[in-house]
Amino acid sequence: MTATTFQPIAARPAPVKTEGLVAWIKSNLFGNLSTSLGTIAIGLVLLAVLPRFLNWAFVNAVWVKDYDACHAAAGACWGVVAEKYRIIIFGRYPFEEQWRPLVSGIALLGLLVVSCMRAFWKPWLAALWIAVLAFFFTVMYGGALGLSRVETDRWGGLPLTLLLASLSMSMAFPIALVVALGRRSKLPAIRSVCTIYVELIRGVPLISVLFMASFMFPLLMPQGFTIDVLVRVLAGITLFAAAYMAEVIRGGLQAVPKGQIEAAATLGLSYWQTQRKIVLPQALAMVVPGIMNNFISTFKDTSLVTIVSLYELTGAMSLALNSDANWRPFKIEGYLFIALIYFIFCFSMSRYSIWIEKQVNKSKLR
Amino acid sequence: MSTPHKPPKQPWSWRSQAFRGLIYQLVTVALIVASVLYLAHNTKVNMNARGIQSGWDFMLSGAGFDIGESLFAFDSAEPYWKAYLIGFTNTLRVAVLGIILTTVLGTLIGVGRFSRNALVRGLCLCYVEFFRNIPVLLQLLMWYLMFTEVLPESADPLVFGPLFLSKGGLNFPVPVWGTGQLFAGIGMAIAVVVALFYRRHAIQSFERTGVPKSMFWAPVGIIIGFGVVGWIVGGAPMEFNMPIKGEFAIENGGALTPEFLSVLLGLTVYTAAFVAEVVRGGIQSVALGQSEAAAALGLSRGQTMRLVTLPQALRVIIPPVTNQFLNLTKNSSLAVAIGYPDVVSIANTAINQTGRAVECIAVIMLVYLSTSLFTSTSMNWYNNHAAIKER
Repeated sequence: MTATTFQPIAARPAPVKTEGLVAWIKSNLFGNLSTSLGTIAIGLVLLAVLPRFLNWAFVNAVWVKDYDACHAAAGACWGVVAEKYRIIIFGRYPFEEQWRPLVSGIALLGLLVVSCMRAFWKPWLAALWIAVLAFFFTVMYGGALGLSRVETDRWGGLPLTLLLASLSMSMAFPIALVVALGRRSKLPAIRSVCTIYVELIRGVPLISVLFMASFMFPLLMPQGFTIDVLVRVLAGITLFAAAYMAEVIRGGLQAVPKGQIEAAATLGLSYWQTQRKIVLPQALAMVVPGIMNNFISTFKDTSLVTIVSLYELTGAMSLALNSDANWRPFKIEGYLFIALIYFIFCFSMSRYSIWIEKQVNKSKLR
Repeated sequence: MSTPHKPPKQPWSWRSQAFRGLIYQLVTVALIVASVLYLAHNTKVNMNARGIQSGWDFMLSGAGFDIGESLFAFDSAEPYWKAYLIGFTNTLRVAVLGIILTTVLGTLIGVGRFSRNALVRGLCLCYVEFFRNIPVLLQLLMWYLMFTEVLPESADPLVFGPLFLSKGGLNFPVPVWGTGQLFAGIGMAIAVVVALFYRRHAIQSFERTGVPKSMFWAPVGIIIGFGVVGWIVGGAPMEFNMPIKGEFAIENGGALTPEFLSVLLGLTVYTAAFVAEVVRGGIQSVALGQSEAAAALGLSRGQTMRLVTLPQALRVIIPPVTNQFLNLTKNSSLAVAIGYPDVVSIANTAINQTGRAVECIAVIMLVYLSTSLFTSTSMNWYNNHAAIKER
């Protein structure tokens, strides 16, 4: 037996620090050769482009309502927004009366925010919608409460965008619900009618539906009956949005396990009882994020009504600058301004959609 | 399972489910037919009252307007149906090119979201969030404004090698077609057949020996090689129709109008943001064990993405990407806002000139319905092709 002498091996090196800024930079920007080269290349491009952009947008920009200074400046002319923001936001609404779209727009916005909170998902929310929409139309249209009448073709800007998006979505919802149930019906005639509707609408662009609304709806009405252009466009967007929403809801209906329906049948519930008490509550909770995405695309799609001459945000912007030769050269700043407005709305809605998706899936997490 | 137990046949009753179902359907169909007849009647009455004529005869009469750009010559005396045909080809031109570019850009950006480089990841995220949250119409208008306002006059264009970029659009050299190109084309056509044979041989040899053979570069090489040989046999023509800076505008060469470029760029950039999200979702849906196993086999990150993750993600990606392609095709109708003569723009002019709204809108819908149907059918075919072959 030889005595074993204790021979320690060399200590292992301390683990590489994987937390903290330096370690993060090391692994995420300079992890290996190609990553480092990429970082340097992109960094150089950014260094070349960003200062130019910042100079244009901020350093050399003109912020005052002075178009001579704007013409002389090398940077952006944000004065155009300061000068024209009333027309951009409110469109052709009479200038002195523009507090009315402001008030009703804020009311509508408040309604949308409230509708996004789960604590308010109660039956009376529907009543609140009706009340706020009635308030919106009363204040905007006037002719009552001592307000002068403003025809709908003078409405415009952001309040109109909000109105088109929210009203068409809320009207599309019941249609979509019926169509989605119809597409899953056992009755062949009802099923095929719903399928044809959905596929027909989804196969054509919104602009053709809007053309139909503005050129063909007047022909479809009984003689001597005219419908307002706003109503026509709203009907067009609603029919369009309903087809897409019906597909989202159908996805939710399909995701409800069959056992639920069978269990309801064993309990002796009728078709409508099953749908109302068992299927829809589960399905609708699942499709909230999908409907939110529908809302975002409808919100963006409202910009198309400018092609059939309703002056919502995009149309109001062109209107504000095309009519004024002094400010016309600064259209790009105007576009960027409304792009920012659209971005703020759509981005916050998409964040909300992600959040609500986590909320409604909470019951599935253990 | 025991023998199927037939439920006792219930006596027929007015309250049976079958009878009620029948009644519901009859009522629905009757309501729809009645309202369609009613609306058609209204339309007829209104048209008579307003003196609007109907019918398709106008398609044969002279259009009376010029079209800014077309794949084949068009004269204002030619009939409407030809104007529509040009509008349709213009729509297809933008849609097909847009779909190709969107696929490339969207895939790159979607894959970029998984890059090791934080800058690349961040830029791809910014791209997606920025471009998908702004309406596509606004983006088209902005691109068009860039082309018509920000770029220099066509007398003083930006020059990138043989390319000229100005308010007049993009001008580029086109080869002068001659026998040389013809031979090159024939060479490439032969090469495609040869490449197909090579591919079959390569697959067989891989299955026999397990040694992989080049499946991409070798066929590409064959096609290019045969093309070059054909070109040399044809006398190696080097003649190009170069764009030249004229006194007022750029002459010769091929040209793309600013309208076309704005529609193409706008649609591509917008749709690519959505495609990137679809690609990202598809890649995330592939089980993590797959890429871990690939790493254990010693594949590099690029190889893992190309050979293991993407082929599996493709199955998840194809259906939603099909939807995006359809959206792109439908969004190409927004070209009417910036004056690119697509089918909607032609129909709009035709409505204003002839007043036949019903017919013109029917044409638009027909064109888009058939295009959508064609796209979804071919993508379904590809989807079946890419789906897991289960036994």
